[in-house]
This record gives sequence, structure tokens and C-alpha cells, in this order.
Amino acid sequence: MTRATLVRANLRRRLRRTILTVLGLGIALFLFVTLRTFLHTLQTVGDVGSESRLIVSNRLGIVFPLPLAYRARLAAQEGVHTVSYASWFGGIYQDPRNFFANYAVDEGYLSLYPEIVVSDEHRAAFMADRTGALVGIRLMERFGWTVGQTITLQGTIYPGEHRFTIRGVYQAGRRGFDESSLLFHHRYLDEIMRAQMGGEGFVGWYVLGVSDPDRAPQIAQAIDATYENSASPTRSQTEKAFNLAFVGMYGNIGFFLNAIGMAVVFAILMVSANTMAMSARERFGEIAVLKTLGFTDGAVLRLVVAESLVIAGLGLALGLGGALLLFNFAEFDLGGFVPGLAVTPGVALMAAAIALLIAAVSAAVPAWQSARLKVVDALRYVA
Amino acid sequence: MALVEVQGVSKVYRRDTVAVPVLENLDLTIEQGEFLALMGPSGSGKTTLLNLLAGLDTPSSGSIRVAGEEISQMKPRQLAAWRARHVGFIFQLYNLIPVLTALQNVELPLLLTPLKKKERREHAETALRIVGLEERMHHYPRQLSGGQEQRVGIARAIVTDPTLILADEPTGDLDSRSAEEILELLERLNREFHKTIVMVTHDPHAAERAGRTLHLEKGALLEARSVARPAPAGGSAQ
Repeated sequence: MTRATLVRANLRRRLRRTILTVLGLGIALFLFVTLRTFLHTLQTVGDVGSESRLIVSNRLGIVFPLPLAYRARLAAQEGVHTVSYASWFGGIYQDPRNFFANYAVDEGYLSLYPEIVVSDEHRAAFMADRTGALVGIRLMERFGWTVGQTITLQGTIYPGEHRFTIRGVYQAGRRGFDESSLLFHHRYLDEIMRAQMGGEGFVGWYVLGVSDPDRAPQIAQAIDATYENSASPTRSQTEKAFNLAFVGMYGNIGFFLNAIGMAVVFAILMVSANTMAMSARERFGEIAVLKTLGFTDGAVLRLVVAESLVIAGLGLALGLGGALLLFNFAEFDLGGFVPGLAVTPGVALMAAAIALLIAAVSAAVPAWQSARLKVVDALRYVA
Repeated sequence: MALVEVQGVSKVYRRDTVAVPVLENLDLTIEQGEFLALMGPSGSGKTTLLNLLAGLDTPSSGSIRVAGEEISQMKPRQLAAWRARHVGFIFQLYNLIPVLTALQNVELPLLLTPLKKKERREHAETALRIVGLEERMHHYPRQLSGGQEQRVGIARAIVTDPTLILADEPTGDLDSRSAEEILELLERLNREFHKTIVMVTHDPHAAERAGRTLHLEKGALLEARSVARPAPAGGSAQ
């Protein structure tokens, strides 16, 4: 028998309550880690964007197109070596809940994105097929698609059913880069536009490759100045800034996620502290007996703190371990909605610090109560 | 040789603004190896005196020396360490830890000693053997009878080989047969192991087993009976 035996025995005393407390703490820490990871990933979406690519979109908003006629002038802009463009398609696969990004890109798009890794064979097959599609590996896995398969997307912006043949699969060349999109040829979208709207010649946004990232702000300024008084004024920004602006569409999501995370932690702190206080109150008689036997206030405190630490440690193992398993090992990414979700060491440390705080606060109340406990009174109470 | 020397001890409790004197200018000497019974009506201060001797409470005035150490001036932390070394306490309601086995309950006070794990276990087994419970050492308190629980309580009190054993109505919650067994055990600890025992009791029959009986009446001690024993006994109540 050691002091650990006593701690273990006390934890087993009300086993159901101990298990429920550990579960509650585990779920709270899991939620906290998930929210922080989600938030951290959103905040770092910009890092995935490149400083050497400029995105030129309509100043009125990304949903408004730009004329294809801008292409030649953009290509002539000093410091720009490549011009590509893309348009949001917004197709639905079978059910609106099966959301994934799908957009049309021109032939030069892939050369601007070395992060999109495709085998030569798939690239050639994709380029050769007018209705061909290039699909991220995660999206392929999600729907169990195979190369060569023809799929139908229901148009939302462009009504009707549109067929695509999967010609290639791409993988991300760096962590955090999306692997859940479907890309197809812009010339195919042009055909659809021509058939449905009687015209073509519009694109969603331009992607420009710039030779010197340091000069990107000046180039962006020059482009925007060029089109300032046109029918379609532009907003040019680095891809990084563009991504951050896109994340900003969620509103002050960071504030809400932080607030929810803190509320969850605070709630479980109260629950855990109350449980420990109840547990200690039930054992005042026994604490008095321990003190009669010669246990000092410090020795009793260490026993109470050890119990709290074990509960918090188990909760941390459950919550943080669960999140690590889900995001870092199983690489769960909310169906491709937020690629690159991974618990960072910083978030893990924060969760550990919170677990430690919960253990300290939970132990503080019973420790204070047992230190104030007068053995003589407590023994009389027991008797 | 005097083991316990109580001189001019008073204890006053405060209930709000009212001072309630429980013990008044009390003197008592307990000899090494003595078995002393403390009797008296409820509220006479028996348990208060026992708590003072155990270092669980401090006197309002006066001096208490046990084995040459003045305990009335000790700080709580010093008193705790002193209790662990010198006092074995037997409770009326046994006060065993319900989630520990008999063996673990007996080992509990040994956690405060420098003994190794194996030594602690051996000591606890020996104590349980002395009280005749070696067959039940792995039973939990709920699996034992009242008499057996009290025997575990006694084993816990003697396992550290304390200077002084203090028993607060050790037979108060037992049937007559179990009470008799416990008294025989205490008598044996006194006779065979020369343990100094102070027992608070309401039961005159239990008090008869002690070498000396003192009555507490309104905070003052009266000697009621003294029996000469082969083992060192005696002392005086003034």
C-alpha cells in the first residue's frame, strides 16, 4: 500500500461519478482543442496562399465577373509573367449537402500552381478532354470515384445537368493545401455560357504570376488604377490577402469560437470544482481520521491535489488524445471544408494548461476546507 | 515513571460570546504501562481531556507533557508529526476508511514513517495477527462485523508501536460479547505488551478492566478505584 493506493481507492469510491467527471472534462477539452484547431487553421489559411500570385477580382465582390478582354492588358502589365483565370461553377453532386468546390480554369492555371501535383499521364489526359475534370484525391475518396468515371453536376448558376469525365487526380504539394476540389476546363464553361446566355467572355477572377513578390503591391495598385473608371473595376491583392479576405466572410468567427471555447472550459471548471468539493465534503470524517493518525494539512492537500490531477490528466488524455487521433492521424477535415486541420503543439500545450488549471481550482476548494477542518469538531460530527 | 503529566490544565470553549469552561485547573499523572479508565457523565470533559492528551486540541492554559515533550505549545504541524509517532487512537465508531481493506487500513499510519513498502506490510500483518484478524486482512470494513472492525481499529492504533493508546468509548457501539473481546484485547495489550492505555467509557463493567478509574465531574477529576497490577501501574489524581 502506498499513497497512490489511497488516491486510487478514493477515485474508485464513486466510480460512476469519477467516470462522468472524466468524460465531461474530456469532452470539454476535445471541444476546446477542436475549436482552437479550427480557428488556428482558418487563421493560417492565408499562409497557404502565395505572395507571388496576384488575384484580380471584381471590386464589387467575388460573385461579379470580369471581362475576358482584360486578359491581354493584364499580361502586358510590367512584372507579370503569366495570366490565368478561373470561374466559380457552383455545381451540386446529387445532393446540396455534398458540397465541394468546383470551378473552371484555363490552360495556364496548373502552371501557376505547383502545389497541385498531377502525374504527367493524368495531366495529359485532362488537357486532351474538353469535358475532363481534375479532382482532388480526398474528393475522390469521399465519393469513391474512379478515373475515367463520368459524373453529373447539377448547375446552380448555370441551370441543367452538366457531365464531366474524371481524367486526373491531384494531390497537394504542401500541407494545408486543398485536396477536395474539382477543376475543369474554362472552355467547357464558355460553351455552357454561350448556350445558356448567348454569350461568353467573362471570368470569375484572374490569377497573375508575378516575377518579384516584393513588387506585388505596386503591380496590384497599377492594375486597379487602370480599371478604376471602367464598368468592371478591379480589386487586386496577393493570394494570401485574398484568402484572408475570404476567411473574413465568416465574420468575426474567431471571437465566437474563442468565446464558445472559453465558455465550455469555464462550465467544466465549475462542474469539476463542484464534484471535487462534494467528494471532499463527503469525506470530512475520513480526513479528520487521517489528521488524527498524524497526516498534516500538507499531506491531506497532496492527496486531494493528486486526485484532481488524475481526473484532469485522464480528461486531457481523452480530449486531446481524441482530437489528435481525429485530426492528426485520421486527418479528418470536415469533408474538405477546412483542409489541413491539425492540432498544433501550441494548442496541445494550451489544453494541458487548462487541464492543470482545472485540477488546481478543483483541488483548491476541498484543500482549503480540509485545512480549516478542526479535527475535534469533525470527529464529533462523524460520531 | 510518569509518562503523562498534566498540570493546571483548563479548557474553555467559546460559543459566540459565551465562554463555556469544560476543564478547570486539572492535574493528572499517568504512569508508563498504566491502563486508565476515564468515566463521567456526558459533558463532563472526558473526550476533551482525551483530545488534549492526543494533541488533537490545545488547552486554554496549563501544561501537558507526554514522554518528556511539552505538547501544549506545539504548532499544528508539529502536533501532527508528534501524534504519528506517539499516539494510537481508537474510535467508538471504528472510523475505518471504507475503500481500503483491513490490511490497508492498518498500513495507513505507517505511510507517515520511513518504513519501506514490504516492511509496512509486515508490520500491518503482525498487528492484525495480534488482534486475531490475519484471516480477514483482505476484507473491506463492510465485510466485517462491528467487533472485527474495532479490532482492525485497534490494530491500526498499535501498528506504529505508539507511546500512548487513547480509546474513546471503544465498546460503545458493540454488543456485549464483542465488547468483552475488545476489552480482553486492550487488557492483553496492557499486560503483555506494556502499552499505556487511556480509555474513556460510560460502562462501569468496561472500566473494571482498567487498573485505575478516574471520574470527571464538572471538569474536575476524582479517583474512584485503583487496582494493583503485576505490570507497572498506579499514578495519582490530584
